[in-house]
Amino acid sequence: MVPLSYYLVLSAILFSLGVAGFIFKRNLVTLFMSVELMLNAVNLSFVALSYYFRQLDGQIFVFFVMVVAAAEAAVGLAIIISVFRNRQTLNVDEISRLKL
Amino acid sequence: MLNEYFSSVDLLVLKPAILLTLFAIGVLLTDLMLEPEQKYLNAVMALAGVGFAAYSLGPWPLGLQHQMGMAGADALEAFRGAVIVDSFGIYFMWLFLIAAALSILISIRYLEIEGEHRGEYYAIMLLATVGMMILAIGMDLITLFMGLELMVISIYILTGYLRRDRRSNEAALKYLLLGAFSSGILLYGMSLLYGLSGSTDLRIIASSISQRPAGDPLVLIAVITICGGLFFKIGAVPFHQWLPDAYEGAPHCVTAFMSVGPKAAAFALLIRMFLVPLASVRDVWLPLVIGVAIATMTIGNLAAITQSNVKRMLGYSAISHAGYMLLGIVSGNENGLKGIMIYLMVYAFMNLGAMAVIVAMRRKDIIGDEIDDFAGLVYKSPTAAVLMLIFLLSLAGIPPTAGFIGKYFIFLSLIETGHYGLAVVAVLYVAVSLYYYFQIVTSMFTREATDNVVPALSPGIRLALGVSLAMTLFIGLYPNPIIEVAGNTVASILR
Amino acid sequence: MNFLELIWMIPLFPAAGAVAMLLFGKKMPNWLVSIICPGMVFTSFLVSVGAVYQLSSLPERQFEKILYSWVPGASFQMANGQLSNLGADWGFLLDPLSSIMILVVTGVGFLIHVYATGYMSHEGGFYRFFGYLNLFMFSMLTLVLANNYLLLFVGWEGVGVCSYLLIGFYFHKKSASDAGKKAFIANRVGDAGVVLGMFTMLATFGSIRYTNVIAQAGSGNFHIGDAAITAITLLLFIGVTGKSAQVPLYVWLPDAMEGPTPVSALIHAATMVTAGVYLMVRSNILYVLSPDTMAVVAGVGAFTAIFAATIGIAQYDIKRVLAYSTVSQLGYMVLACGVGAFGAGVFHLMTHAFFKALLFLGAGSVIHAMSGEQDMRKMGGLAKKIPYTHATFLVAALAIIGTPLFSGFFSKDEILWRAFISPVGSGILLYGVALITAGLTAFYIWRLMFMTFYGESRVDHHAAHHLHESPPVMTIPLMVLAVLSLAGGWIGWPTVLGGSNHLEHWLEPVLGPGAKILEEHAAHGEHAHSTEYMLMALSVIVAFSGLSLAYYFFIKNRAAGDSIAQKFSGVQKLLENKYYVDEVYNAVFVRGMVMNGGEALSKFDARVIDGGVNGVAWFTRLTSTASMWWDKWIVDGAVRLTALVVNLTSYPARILQTGRVQLYAFSILTGLLIFFSYYLFK
Repeated sequence: MVPLSYYLVLSAILFSLGVAGFIFKRNLVTLFMSVELMLNAVNLSFVALSYYFRQLDGQIFVFFVMVVAAAEAAVGLAIIISVFRNRQTLNVDEISRLKL
Repeated sequence: MLNEYFSSVDLLVLKPAILLTLFAIGVLLTDLMLEPEQKYLNAVMALAGVGFAAYSLGPWPLGLQHQMGMAGADALEAFRGAVIVDSFGIYFMWLFLIAAALSILISIRYLEIEGEHRGEYYAIMLLATVGMMILAIGMDLITLFMGLELMVISIYILTGYLRRDRRSNEAALKYLLLGAFSSGILLYGMSLLYGLSGSTDLRIIASSISQRPAGDPLVLIAVITICGGLFFKIGAVPFHQWLPDAYEGAPHCVTAFMSVGPKAAAFALLIRMFLVPLASVRDVWLPLVIGVAIATMTIGNLAAITQSNVKRMLGYSAISHAGYMLLGIVSGNENGLKGIMIYLMVYAFMNLGAMAVIVAMRRKDIIGDEIDDFAGLVYKSPTAAVLMLIFLLSLAGIPPTAGFIGKYFIFLSLIETGHYGLAVVAVLYVAVSLYYYFQIVTSMFTREATDNVVPALSPGIRLALGVSLAMTLFIGLYPNPIIEVAGNTVASILR
Repeated sequence: MNFLELIWMIPLFPAAGAVAMLLFGKKMPNWLVSIICPGMVFTSFLVSVGAVYQLSSLPERQFEKILYSWVPGASFQMANGQLSNLGADWGFLLDPLSSIMILVVTGVGFLIHVYATGYMSHEGGFYRFFGYLNLFMFSMLTLVLANNYLLLFVGWEGVGVCSYLLIGFYFHKKSASDAGKKAFIANRVGDAGVVLGMFTMLATFGSIRYTNVIAQAGSGNFHIGDAAITAITLLLFIGVTGKSAQVPLYVWLPDAMEGPTPVSALIHAATMVTAGVYLMVRSNILYVLSPDTMAVVAGVGAFTAIFAATIGIAQYDIKRVLAYSTVSQLGYMVLACGVGAFGAGVFHLMTHAFFKALLFLGAGSVIHAMSGEQDMRKMGGLAKKIPYTHATFLVAALAIIGTPLFSGFFSKDEILWRAFISPVGSGILLYGVALITAGLTAFYIWRLMFMTFYGESRVDHHAAHHLHESPPVMTIPLMVLAVLSLAGGWIGWPTVLGGSNHLEHWLEPVLGPGAKILEEHAAHGEHAHSTEYMLMALSVIVAFSGLSLAYYFFIKNRAAGDSIAQKFSGVQKLLENKYYVDEVYNAVFVRGMVMNGGEALSKFDARVIDGGVNGVAWFTRLTSTASMWWDKWIVDGAVRLTALVVNLTSYPARILQTGRVQLYAFSILTGLLIFFSYYLFK
């Protein structure tokens, strides 16, 4: 039996990795994957907690998070495509016209 | 058997949201049958949807409460407590419907000029409104999260609606990336709340948290992450940076919508979270809110001064307004919350009014959102100039415009709770804010017009301007009705 | 007809005019605008007269008309332990004080409206001008008729906005929009003071309604020198310095002269700038309760009076002389409030409204006649060319210097007398300053008279060709104002001269409670009538010495031929070489203090001091140089510094806005880390 805290620590580590990826990677698609990593880290802790409490709320939450992540990815990729069409780049540093 | 999962109360509670969703789908379908020059009918259909939703809420402001009165309660719970409709929720639902209706009115002409007049715009706007409504009445983490995401994903799409426009794309991309990032943080906080209580129901979470020992690190982390996520959504410093970019890049009419509806919805969520699950740890989050409120007013007001783009300036001003509203949470008493309620409603009218003038400035080949574009407006269109003046005075909070009433209650609550220092800071920043709002006024009234292109006041914009003006002046001159309604609202949430 | 019930409509008539101009003005012919806008003000005037007449027959001489309750007040613990909620109403208060104000505002306002129909007839944007002007009347009447501080603030902001729009009316002048900016910043500082004062009041009394505040302040719960009341009065006084152009916030007023002349007369002389004085008189009981504030007020008022008068001596622009004169006269009014002579302050406010409006309108008529020329060095000998303007201007000039029987004499003398016997501060010092100011006033006003109307003509050919008297629509208001400038002071005929000072009795209900407190707590020495006569004579002597000095320098010295001219070559040179000081200013201030300062100063030395200049001229130049220097560098500098600081602080706020998503995310993360560390290190 793996204790709950292991799951939570793993979840926190994954979450931090996601945050780090979001801040340090340069490719737009990688950024998206980092966000997905953050969401999945949260999913992990929801599932672990749900199992710990022996009730279903957390697992249901995970389903909804997955749906939301999928919707976000769909919209996000669409926007990335239109950005790419207009600028021919996926480097996040070059998308900085709006500033100051 | 079915009644156990979907009762008549559930239907009653969700009726506005269901109607809006149906009309959103309807707009998508009828759009297929319309010729390009008939696309305005989409807007009519969307407005009809908003009208029906409003009708199902009952007569303003307390219609649904009468219906609830028949059910024998002053707050209506549905879906086993996942949704609760009280006057707080009703107030916000009205606010969202008003914002949606006015935004639809000012969108028609703008989308025609941009050549992007399609039905899905209105459908997405209606769906965003559904998201906001759920945010205002949700009492369960899952419900709230779904409402939130429905709203923000719709707004991402609207922000990037001008597919061929680089600014629009970029704004949507930034907003989406950062929005998803902050949603992740908020979600992490939610998982901690779940972990603390074993439930997603806000009230159960509240009672679990109140039993935790003071200074519990888990509670601290939960508070911090939740605050971070919420502050991002309302655009508070230092989580605000997406906001000016998104406001500037989005189509004018979307800027108008997102500066009012989603912002109010985010505040609804914030108030709900602070007053229900986190109420017992007020001492923990209060310093954060005070610090963030001061930083928000400071950065928002100061950064606005040197802006040359009106939409961007209004973006920073939106940040500073969020700061003022946070002060209402700081004082946390009846007048403070009342102040936030009134502020949000008033902000809807005055900001949509100001944005409507900016939308009218969008003409063929002129984007019309630079301060220079407003030069000499009074010679070209005195009406537009004077209306803009009134809205700007209201945004700055000068009596007897509506903007003053919101600020007045917030300052009043600060005095009542003894936060004199904060009150002084807030008043001084009002003086600063006048300075940048008046850059637009100076441009309109004391400079020579650079072109002869008269702003296009289409019937939709005229109607939106008329309503905004009437409400801005009415609330400012005779605030008693809204004070009373806001009072009921606050009473229902404080109970 | 019961006019008292109609007082809420007094501000609405001009408002209707303004709305009409906004909606239909563009299509209206000028003659229709000239009927509607002054007509609306005249209607207000008639209603005001009726209401004031009916008020005089009420025993308590106070009438409050509340339309509806507006905003609630603070939850306030009453003396009896009850929680009360005293808010502000949308209501109007007619009492002796506001009755004087509305009569002055609508009466003088109407005359200026009529005058403006002539003055502005050749300008573009005729309807717009009158729309703003009517909007101003609405705001000003709201300001003076309000029954609470919040509604007063509505008018306060309204007049500010209108003033701002009217200063910038000539949008093609760059200086006009700069002037508007200066007015804007100075007034924002003042407004912040008023708002903070209002909130402090709300926290102290739980209400911002006059009657509540006055009742609470007079209830005896607040002792003399109460800290909260001192704070309130000082904060309100910041607003007064902004609106009524007192040191250090007076800078905007002289520059506001960039607006059309009727605007200068109406807003920047007769009405708006007196709003600050009105505010103090309205809150007189609070001021009386705070001797510290009174001392500050008296000091600031006296300093402003003498300071602005010295600047006035050195100005060549006819409107600027009058502008500094206005600042100086406002200083008198503030001084009056500071020494507890609120009645005298109101009295001077009223007479000043008459004669200063007349001076400005007269100056406008001169400018009109001169085809837009404002430089007095290009005038001279105009008396015969524009006789009506000259005659009326003469009356105003005699009134402002305090010639016996003219209105200015009574009001100014009352202030001087009250300063002399003042229980606040050192009376003799204040009196001395005020007396010197009276002398300086006589000097610069008559310098203006001599340079403009008398002596040989220096008008250039082009302007001389067009020289003409203004049309009757402009001269008739001048005549009416001349009559008022002469006779307007008679209602305050002092008892010592055998009158009965009706004004003071009329104001009794407003000023009585404050005066009682003042009397109870101040040792009152006996002052013989003879002292009063002596002081009166003294001030008349001082005024006429100023006049004679001006005559000597600007008429006699010029005309007396070569011998005198040679004997006083320094003075002669200085006076005729008009650019002396300007050159120095240019060198020192415009081209840069750092680079050319030393050189320019040595030049200044060589020409001014080594030239063996007459002492009086030297002193004049010195003080005016010092004041100009102060004006240009310290005060303008402060305004610019404010703008600079605000701009500078804006950049760091923006610099983080790099446009890069990841830095934004990093800032979010930083925010979270700050939150964490707050709890870690708390």
